[in-house]
Amino acid sequence: MPWGEFKDTAAERRLFQRRTVVMLLLVFVLLSLLIARMYQLQVVEHDIYTTLSDKNRVQVQSVAPPRGLVYDRNDVLLAENRPVFSVTLVPERVGDMEQTLAKLQGMLSISDEDMERFHRRLLEPRRPFQELPLRYDLNEQEIARLAVHRHELPGVEVSAELVRYYPHSELTAHALGYVGRINRQELQRIDPVNYAGTNYIGKSGVERFYEQLLHGRVGYQHVETNARGRTLRVLERENPVPGEDIRLHMDLRLQQLAHELLDGRRGAIIAIEPSTGGILALASVPGFDANLFVTGIGVEAYRELSKSVDKPLFNRALRGQYPPGSTLKPMLAVAALDSGAVTRDKTIWDPGYFRLTPGGRPWRDWKRGGHGWVDLTAAVAESCDIYFYEAAVAMGVDTMHQYLSEFGFGEDATLDVAGALSGLLPSRDWKRAVHSEPWYPGDSVNLGIGQGYMLATPLQLATATSVLANRGNWSEPRLLKDIKGDRSIDEVLPTGNHQSIELENPDDWEYVVEAMAEVMHGSKGTARGAAKGAPYRMAGKTGTAQVFSLAEDEEYDEEEIRERLRDHALFVGFAPVDDPQIAVSVIVENGGSGSGTAAPVARAMFDAWLLGFPEEGEALVVGSSEGDSH
Amino acid sequence: MAAGSMFSESLRHPLSGPRGIWSFLHIDPVLMLLLLALIAGGLVVLYSGADQNMAVVKAQGVRMGVALVVMLVFAQLDPSVFRRWAPWLFAAGIAGLAAVLLVGVGAKGAQRWLAIPGLPRFQPSELMKLVVPMMAAWYLSRHYLPPRLRHVAVALLIALMPMAMIILQPDLGTSLLVGAAGIFVVFFAGISWRLIGAFFAMVSVAAPLMWFFVMRDYQKQRVLTLLDPQSDPLGAGWNIIQSKTAIGSGGMDGKGWLQGTQSHLEFLPESHTDFIVAVLAEEFGFVGMLTLLVLYLLIILRCLYIAATAQDSFSRLLAGALTMTFFIYVFVNVGMVSGLLPVVGVPLPLVSYGGTSSVTLMAAFGVLMSIQTHRRMISA
Repeated sequence: MPWGEFKDTAAERRLFQRRTVVMLLLVFVLLSLLIARMYQLQVVEHDIYTTLSDKNRVQVQSVAPPRGLVYDRNDVLLAENRPVFSVTLVPERVGDMEQTLAKLQGMLSISDEDMERFHRRLLEPRRPFQELPLRYDLNEQEIARLAVHRHELPGVEVSAELVRYYPHSELTAHALGYVGRINRQELQRIDPVNYAGTNYIGKSGVERFYEQLLHGRVGYQHVETNARGRTLRVLERENPVPGEDIRLHMDLRLQQLAHELLDGRRGAIIAIEPSTGGILALASVPGFDANLFVTGIGVEAYRELSKSVDKPLFNRALRGQYPPGSTLKPMLAVAALDSGAVTRDKTIWDPGYFRLTPGGRPWRDWKRGGHGWVDLTAAVAESCDIYFYEAAVAMGVDTMHQYLSEFGFGEDATLDVAGALSGLLPSRDWKRAVHSEPWYPGDSVNLGIGQGYMLATPLQLATATSVLANRGNWSEPRLLKDIKGDRSIDEVLPTGNHQSIELENPDDWEYVVEAMAEVMHGSKGTARGAAKGAPYRMAGKTGTAQVFSLAEDEEYDEEEIRERLRDHALFVGFAPVDDPQIAVSVIVENGGSGSGTAAPVARAMFDAWLLGFPEEGEALVVGSSEGDSH
Repeated sequence: MAAGSMFSESLRHPLSGPRGIWSFLHIDPVLMLLLLALIAGGLVVLYSGADQNMAVVKAQGVRMGVALVVMLVFAQLDPSVFRRWAPWLFAAGIAGLAAVLLVGVGAKGAQRWLAIPGLPRFQPSELMKLVVPMMAAWYLSRHYLPPRLRHVAVALLIALMPMAMIILQPDLGTSLLVGAAGIFVVFFAGISWRLIGAFFAMVSVAAPLMWFFVMRDYQKQRVLTLLDPQSDPLGAGWNIIQSKTAIGSGGMDGKGWLQGTQSHLEFLPESHTDFIVAVLAEEFGFVGMLTLLVLYLLIILRCLYIAATAQDSFSRLLAGALTMTFFIYVFVNVGMVSGLLPVVGVPLPLVSYGGTSSVTLMAAFGVLMSIQTHRRMISA
């Protein structure tokens, strides 16, 4: 058909033009719709989208403050921070999680534990776009490997954070404590704002007690990010306030010496500077590597530590509660003199046993056959049990309880030692409440030589010894020496509330101290072997804590008793006598005799503190010399 | 007969007046000016959308140059050439689409290209945007208008057959534009309103069937996402949320050129291709968007004028359909970026980065210029 022929071209054109008008209307309507839509988005809802856009672009990130450093009294760093690299995943940005994890497993060594923990965290409620850590402490090779494959791993980031590091890990673990990841309970009690960027919190020791001081204040930065959350630039920053650096009374050299002295054994040594109450050394051996706990210890490693028979995680110095044994005698001597139960002139005849009533049960002296005639000085110096049996009965439980509590027994008398236990100072009320029994005179007899119900921690023994050295003046034990900053120590260190012990005759202090000096320097002193050749005078008291009671007529045979059932060796003392610089308590578990095992340890501590530390490599000869057992 | 002598004079001496020059060159100056303005503005926005990557802008400039040449070449051809070639081109196009489905190469799960050795990769579906309206116009203009029902049916078949083949590739955006081009021809031809009503009734029946039997999961996902972008904020909804945020945060006069944070901070995906309008909206605000839409409107008005004043039915139908297809580009693109329509891969005409569609579009404008400048004065 020829084009245009036989057709009403004019009608067709009119038809087309009408249709064009319809289309034109359609175009107008639809374009108006688009314009209306733009108006809606850009004018009406502009604010909403501006907010969204800013939120997209600007993220507020918290900046964790660097944790305050901890120094010893000589400015040796005890706790510092080091950067640790970890790999984190943002699940929202990870495409295929399983595939990504599989890839990562090919690149890094990821333990099943890490994997399990990651999957657990994945299911826990969390903020969107929050990073989930998969593995900590990457080595440089692993970081490099991740960097190379970064483009294949969307949502996977390597992040650095400052993590606590203890350069003297084993030496300081029990004294300093350590930090660890914030757990669920801690999350409940911390300030969520101030801890917004913080992953670690003090779990024990100084780290726990001075958490607030060491933590500092969180900072913020507004950062511009791209869609993948990568930070492009920092828009605004409010710097965090770093935690304050603190200095402890502790002397790392003394601490190290204490560890060396106890090496291979189990025990604790506390050294206190009597004038200040500053804790110079706080050793509990064996120790453990606190660094293991910082980023999270593995189940296997933890099991090994917690199942060990040596209990390395157990802080013997603060939490080991032992019968103080004869080390309690100097404090009891003060009590006996001041309460008038005995006088300086009082002498007794020690036949080797003591009976409350004629024909009653005999309490034996440690020395078979007895000491003969003894006065109080001899009773302390030779550790005569019979004298103190009699004195205890004469004093009664109430008097003993009162004096012993004035020495800080039965409570945690420390100012800033987290986790210290209070031991057990028995009393009438206590016995009735716990045992539903009255206090028997026999209980007083036992208490007279620090046995029976009485329990004390090595820290308490050192504290009481320090009070003795101070002639009754109290300086509660403390770890913090000063804060490296503007703040005064008074703002953070709790104040002590202990009254000085005032004696009727203040001269009694010197009397008891001299009796303790006799222990070391007297011809019959139980620890005379340990004091041999010392250019200064020292005061001390040996002790033995029974691990189990011997049956009445059973012979004590060390050879036969398995090592773990041997007595604990104890010693308390201070030096020099006239100007006490250091007070110590030593306990060597299953060490046998206080004189043979514990006293030489104390002597080595005294020597180091008063005469200078032994040179590197110099042999420490602290043998268990033959001697009396008390 | 002053007017008559002027007429004949200009007919004899095509270079004697400004209108004469354009007629000689077969360029419509109004349309040309509007297109150049659009292309130039597009390059400015692209510079920002492509993160100030000059290489991208240059490549696009070269493409637009090529597209302009293609337009001018098409403009030189007499409309009758298109009419004569229409059936052959259509047959070739269908063959090409079949070949794509059989031996085509593809990317991202779709087969769209024919790789014929020695030729650049070739997308037959793109060609169909031009060929389908030509074929439909060719067919309908052979009969009396308005068309009878069976002519309508054949014309719709001409449109729907390639449309279906393109959906199978799958390429929803292109198939939509190809189908629309054919349907516009039918509409312009004067299809009765009753038939139009019947058509919409049919669509409303067909739509659910399409949903269950034809559409791919990802296509369904796009539709669902449109209804509720928040349902999948990090997957399919991400683009829409981010582009709406970009547009909305632009406000009345925008954040300023190169200052768009959404696009530059990588929140906005495809910021220099399909989603470039969001860059423009963010940086130039409502004012910028209004300017863009008015520019498009002016182009459409000019093209519809050309269609309305064309001399024969074929030219009218073809011109009208091409114009409306162009408009559909604009509407679908802006609609999808602003969250009114589902996300289908339709570029913003002459602004989005990308070659093929620009060339096709400019070829279409070439056809329109050809229709405008080859009018025979005697029948005017």
